[in-house]
Amino acid sequence: MSKTLFAPGHTACAGCGQSMAARLVLDAAGPNTIIVNNTGCLEVFSTKYPESCWEVPFIHSLFENAAAVASGVESAIKYLGKADQVNIIAQGGDGSSADIGLQALSGMLERGHNILYVCYDNEAYMNTGVQRSGLTPFDTNTTTSPAGAVSIGNLRPKKPMPEIANAHGIPYVAVASSGFGQDLQRKVKKAISIKGPKYIQVHAPCPLGWRHETNMTLQVAKLAVETGLYPLVEYENGVLSGRRQITPKPVEEYLKVQGRFKHLLNKPEEIRKIQEIADNNIRKYGLKSETQQV
Amino acid sequence: MFGPLICKPGSSKSNKTGPWRTESRPKFLKKNCIACNMCVAACPESCISGQGKNTYEVDLAYCKGCGICAAVCPKKDIEMIKEEGAE
Amino acid sequence: MKELLEGSMAVAEIVRLCKPGVISAYPITPQTHIVEELAQIVADGRLNAQFVNVESEHSAASVVLGAVATGVRAYTATSSQGLFYMAEVLYNIAGMRLPVIMTTAARAISAPINIWNDHQDVVSLRDSGWIQFHAEDIQEAMDLHLIAYRLGEDRSIMLPVMVCMDGFILTHGMETVDMPSQEQVDKFLSPYKAPYKLDVENPLTLGPLVDPEYYMEARFALNKTQEEALALIPKLTAEFAKVFGRTYNGLVEGYQLKDAEKVIVAMGSVCGTIKEVIDELRAKGKKVGLLKVTSLRPFPVNAIYDALKNIPKLAVIDRALSLGSFAPLSAEVKAVFFGKPKQPKNISSFVVGLGGRDITKDSIKEIFRLMNGKDKQAEFIDLKPELLKESYE
Repeated sequence: MSKTLFAPGHTACAGCGQSMAARLVLDAAGPNTIIVNNTGCLEVFSTKYPESCWEVPFIHSLFENAAAVASGVESAIKYLGKADQVNIIAQGGDGSSADIGLQALSGMLERGHNILYVCYDNEAYMNTGVQRSGLTPFDTNTTTSPAGAVSIGNLRPKKPMPEIANAHGIPYVAVASSGFGQDLQRKVKKAISIKGPKYIQVHAPCPLGWRHETNMTLQVAKLAVETGLYPLVEYENGVLSGRRQITPKPVEEYLKVQGRFKHLLNKPEEIRKIQEIADNNIRKYGLKSETQQV
Repeated sequence: MFGPLICKPGSSKSNKTGPWRTESRPKFLKKNCIACNMCVAACPESCISGQGKNTYEVDLAYCKGCGICAAVCPKKDIEMIKEEGAE
Repeated sequence: MKELLEGSMAVAEIVRLCKPGVISAYPITPQTHIVEELAQIVADGRLNAQFVNVESEHSAASVVLGAVATGVRAYTATSSQGLFYMAEVLYNIAGMRLPVIMTTAARAISAPINIWNDHQDVVSLRDSGWIQFHAEDIQEAMDLHLIAYRLGEDRSIMLPVMVCMDGFILTHGMETVDMPSQEQVDKFLSPYKAPYKLDVENPLTLGPLVDPEYYMEARFALNKTQEEALALIPKLTAEFAKVFGRTYNGLVEGYQLKDAEKVIVAMGSVCGTIKEVIDELRAKGKKVGLLKVTSLRPFPVNAIYDALKNIPKLAVIDRALSLGSFAPLSAEVKAVFFGKPKQPKNISSFVVGLGGRDITKDSIKEIFRLMNGKDKQAEFIDLKPELLKESYE
């Protein structure tokens, strides 16, 4: 067994991108960490009584309040005079962070608690059956935004959560991906070295919900980044301070390996719209490698 | 009197997820391994371990057979073989 | 030390003496003065606590949940809509066996929106697993907070406790109270020692998913602990009397029950008015009495039975409703006697003082009069029939 704080024996699906990311986050943070988790896949598969895969203190309360519970934990740790000795990480999926938990998250960021918030973005309410969330991408087929005879799926773009977090004036915001594990760990380590509220959003492929093979998890995550659809950026004190440069691949390479986009493959107009989203990201964040010839 | 309330840390280790495998399992060829640790980092079950070239092993008691280790190995030193045809 | 204080100020001072480490609340009338006073207390350095200004009651309850889960005593306060907004968290706190202490300034609930006093908010939360105390006056409200911390944090209990004080009547009323000293409070209430908490030295997982194989036992245990609290509460009030010199039963209080022929059962500040009416009527030779219920949860079945089994006529005053069915307190009081060897001949149910409508001495005298008739089912007192004629074609 590799030395890890995220023990095996949890009941995540084979190939789960979120379990991979959660382990990388926890191991980067180390044993002096308290985890506060929202309800969701991660909490459900990691803490089914009497079994828990967490080797650190862990608490789960409700669906939307990890940020608020973590604020209470952090206040208690401050009261006990242990503020410099313990990392506090509040976690949730895209649904519990961007939708139902947005209020608690916003309050936590605004109050300046010394907490790292990690949003595992698998782009739908996966634990309850792949329903559409505020972070479901444009044109995605989910169970509550299905593709059908008169619909091409989700009509709205992703809620810009990293920008929203950044707009709270917090010292560090980063976007990471399960496909780039070392980058994710670097960002986690950087975040916990900074005092104040931090937000990291991790793209986490879901073989079940995205309908791809279980061994494709890392590849799919990499393609999301390499097409420009999931820019890996960093903000420090409000300013865009880093981005992962890419040699852009056409979005079709990303879309065609996932069943949730298969209804688009014969609709070039929709693919063009998605390519536009990617191109806008590339332009906005300066993602194209300098050495790339046009 | 409190009833079911709290889990001990790491108690999931008693849940052997190996029986989840239905199709394939990884076979570590131990020929071209460069000890890059990519398989260790990528395994969602934290069940691959090793130290140094050609020493990596999977703990089949937990392996769910997802195949990510084989997909990620830069030297193609891990093969997914049929579950029934294990050595 | 005797002081003339507004109820909210008295409660804030008592909470200060209990030394919570984390205080978090969201403003709602009429709880505001309590929390504002605590904020000033912290700002003046008179209490070392983390004061967390949250963005909603749901988060206020979540913050104190997190604090107590980390082994630090905490406090919050709310009313009405706020209580309902945090309801989900309150059930969660009880189920997780965390001793959070909360003041509820009992207030009517929307709709229609009304900020004045009744019990609809707190009585609606009686199923939550929280221990629920009702105070008759400001002194009792103060004392119940001390008992609440001691009771909730007891290793055999580990349950949250809400102390209900009638909004405006007690929170904004003035009373001369006996404020204990820090030494007295420290004698009665030791620092919180959590049997389980979030601690990197001893990692545990709190709040796991519990499937049908395990869930019932957790809820059975919660119910059993509520029953066990019934035995512990009088022991704690006996100890309280030794330290502070004030005697409470903690479950119920009988007033002039000895040879009473008609007894009103009630909770909260209305009991003060009822006691005054009883004194007047007793002076005229009427044999009337009061049973005040202090603890709504755990519901003191045996104490109520023993106090009232020989009383011929009962009237239960409800300041809350269970819309579409029996008024809640009256239903529970009636259930006390079912199948028992002795019971009153009449148990009537009266609904009084919703939305802050004044309960006067005349209202109480009217109830004693109406008790002469047959069993009344949820008779509303002091209604204005002309308002019921409004129509909205």
